[in-house]
Amino acid sequence: MGVRYFGAEVRRVEDARLVTGNGRYVDDIELPGMLEAAIVRSTEAHARIRSIDADAARALPGVHAVFTLDDFPPEYRDRPMVQPYPAPVLLQPTTQYPLARDEVCYVGQGIAIAVAETRHIAEDAAGLVRVDYEPLPAVVDCREAAKGGATLAHADSPDNVVARLRVAFGEADAAFADAAHVFEERFLQHRGGCHAMECRGVIAEDRPHHGGLTIISATQCPYLVRRNVAAYLGRDEGRVRVVAPDVGGGFGPKAGVYAEEIVVPLAASALGRPVKWIEDRREHFVTTNTQRDQEWTLEAAVDAAGRLLGVRGRVIHDNGAYVPYGLLLPMTSLTPLPGPYAVPVLDVGMDVVFTNTAPNSPIRGAGRPNAAFAMERLIARIARELGLDQAEVRRRNYVPADGFPYDTGQKFRDGSPIKYDSGDFEGCLDKVVELADYAGFAERQKAARADGRYLGIGVSSCIEDTGVGPYEGATVRVQPDGKVLIQTGAASQGQGHETMLAQVCADRLDVALDDIYVMAADTGAFPQGVGTIGSRVAVNASTAVFDAADSVRDKALSLAAERLEASVEDLEVEDGVIGVAGVPEMTVTYGELARQLAPMAGGPLPKGFAPGLEATSYRTSDGMPTASGSNIAEVEVDIGTGEVRVLRYSVAHDCGNMINPMMVDGQIVGGVVHGIGNALFERLVYDAAGQPLNNNYGEYLLPIATEMPPIEITHQMTPSPLNPLGIKGAGEGGTIPATSAIVAAIENALEPFGVVIRSYPVSPEELCDLIDAGKT
Amino acid sequence: MEDARHTHRISLTVNGAPVEAEIEDRLHLGDFLRREAKLTGTHLGCEHGVCGACTVMVDGQAVRSCLMLAVQARGREVTTVEGLAAADGTLSPLQEAFREHHALQCGFCTPGMLTSLTAFLRDNKAPTDREVREAISGNICRCTGYQPIVAAALAAAGASEGEG
Repeated sequence: MGVRYFGAEVRRVEDARLVTGNGRYVDDIELPGMLEAAIVRSTEAHARIRSIDADAARALPGVHAVFTLDDFPPEYRDRPMVQPYPAPVLLQPTTQYPLARDEVCYVGQGIAIAVAETRHIAEDAAGLVRVDYEPLPAVVDCREAAKGGATLAHADSPDNVVARLRVAFGEADAAFADAAHVFEERFLQHRGGCHAMECRGVIAEDRPHHGGLTIISATQCPYLVRRNVAAYLGRDEGRVRVVAPDVGGGFGPKAGVYAEEIVVPLAASALGRPVKWIEDRREHFVTTNTQRDQEWTLEAAVDAAGRLLGVRGRVIHDNGAYVPYGLLLPMTSLTPLPGPYAVPVLDVGMDVVFTNTAPNSPIRGAGRPNAAFAMERLIARIARELGLDQAEVRRRNYVPADGFPYDTGQKFRDGSPIKYDSGDFEGCLDKVVELADYAGFAERQKAARADGRYLGIGVSSCIEDTGVGPYEGATVRVQPDGKVLIQTGAASQGQGHETMLAQVCADRLDVALDDIYVMAADTGAFPQGVGTIGSRVAVNASTAVFDAADSVRDKALSLAAERLEASVEDLEVEDGVIGVAGVPEMTVTYGELARQLAPMAGGPLPKGFAPGLEATSYRTSDGMPTASGSNIAEVEVDIGTGEVRVLRYSVAHDCGNMINPMMVDGQIVGGVVHGIGNALFERLVYDAAGQPLNNNYGEYLLPIATEMPPIEITHQMTPSPLNPLGIKGAGEGGTIPATSAIVAAIENALEPFGVVIRSYPVSPEELCDLIDAGKT
Repeated sequence: MEDARHTHRISLTVNGAPVEAEIEDRLHLGDFLRREAKLTGTHLGCEHGVCGACTVMVDGQAVRSCLMLAVQARGREVTTVEGLAAADGTLSPLQEAFREHHALQCGFCTPGMLTSLTAFLRDNKAPTDREVREAISGNICRCTGYQPIVAAALAAAGASEGEG
């Protein structure tokens, strides 16, 4: 196999359509006879619905229907949505009804859907629906919700506890009894919303006699939507087709299943017409899953040299009003907690609680940025207390480079140990220390201080458990014209999967990249898939493509050997042409072999060959490759205004072998900027009554170009032994350590004032208060 | 509610071609382009004038099409992302640079980035990194972190210099 594309900075095949306005996102699709919908949403954080009056809305010209839950067939009256990720430890796996039945538990919860000739008329109609509420007390702060006797987020539930989780190994009491130092810390973490630039959107068309229900959705997981919606509606999965077209960013929340993916099909079925609903940005703020507060109370047991002996504590996790996504977000906050450090003892519990706010599910990194922040802040505390350098304290605690595979001490659900497959954490740190000129920083800081300017530097390390299984699949098919079609379930939201999968396939088959076409994320075109979450597609889908292409090549060579009367060992492939080594005139193309393997009626099929020059692989996971990285942020803080300017940002990243380094860098830079947004800007504010206060981009701040530093990246490549390509996921490794790096740099800048930051996002006002407190 | 559905007849030029339509006065230019002119390359990201995804050029100036009523575009020349490449499909230097520098991932903000920067680079032949960042400070991108977009704009500024 001649490697031509693997590892090359190949230009993306997706871009030709996307830079010319020829992308096709949900809202770009029009079906014949299609109607449009708008949703009436709760204005109350917690209330009983006394009555809904939709008469005026229904009377509006151009309105086809207004549905409440009662207007759908009666079997749905007592059927909440299906929990997509059930787990025995879920004490209250509460999901919402697709439209509220009698109680609303957050502002934005859907109550009715208006369907009309146009969206404008549908919105007019939605505005005419009158909902009579009986307000109930709301609980907004997860720390309040977790207390005994707290206000209930759901009027009829015994308490607000969704689940109590615990991750524990080793002897905590002994570790803390023997420790030279015990440090306690408390952090409040808040990650905000996902804010893909494309909001969610759903089109549904139900043709009972012609294939059944089709749902076009801006989703990361069309197969999860199919499974869940089919189960809810009581339909055969084979007659529910879910298609994800071009999707304008996902970042986690589009991986869930939403009420609109059920309500819009129900409306389409009832009306016998296709129905489209497109989320607007205000709806996105209040209804697309967010990732709100976590309070961490931790103790670290440390030896005299600054080495961690154990960590114990408790976390309160705000899950919002419902449980739309099982416990995947809370679990990803706990299990990656040790990060790159050899922590011999861990005992951390987590109370997952309801509040009357938008439901929660993972956003880029899921709980990993929270876990990394907590652990990195503990490491910072150790450095501060023991007078150790930020880099040095990490070196003392890393899993050593010769310690892989490293058994973390934790276990998967099936009881097998959670292991880090490979890495060199100190090597990564060395690289970033050099890239950031860490050694020269003291001089830069000193010079700035002489000018009255406060510079700071912050180090942050992380691991990312990537490539979660159990599988992803792909079919590789050589078509009669010699072009290659890859079909896969793995949906893209901008990551560049088409390019990545084509690169892997092109090398394996020895065909040109331009001769490959990728069709993805259509359950009608490829039968099974899992979805795009947790930096898993490169690991799972490209290895499936690798395997399938391998089988196609083997089949082609076997048939070519017969045709050319040569042995397989003597064959070579170049640009889709198979030849006999040393005999230039003896050739056959993939296309010719594909035609031979797919004859029409009566045509001969070569003996011993199944039809079609194609193969399908469902590559099952051999474990989760561990990516890692160390970042260094350099900031300047204006002690008068509290403004933080990030001056430079350096990344050393290790995701094993890289299929397309340009796209890996794209993931890292975008991820870092997301993490900087979490550190400095992004906060979803609710008042005490559960009213969201900043549902617009004037008041909810996202990172913009002028505020972002130059970001430099260097790579360490520690191949994963778990897959034949040696790759690890790269989608979230930029975000995971970034918030902590920024906060560490701010603390470093403000060391003269003894500033310690225990919550984020860090606002200028809060910084001014901390600086003022440090002056007295 | 009937009042909200008053209509007007407008004619304007979109990407060099005349367009005429009877439209509701409340229809904003972005919806007009997408729904009436069937040019879905212009994307609506926030509809309150902050994200910049819907940016088009009106008489050469970058404008948020969600903040302008379609009736206000009567008689104007509108250029959308579909109008940036040459008639034969050859990409503009900026579109090429976006591909070369990986300046897009999901592609949703891209039309607004391209139109904003096309207008900016026409008037600023040799901008600095800072000036490019200011030029797109009203365009939000969640995927790229902006750095490759800035690189693409700087490269395109150099590349199109000779073409005036």
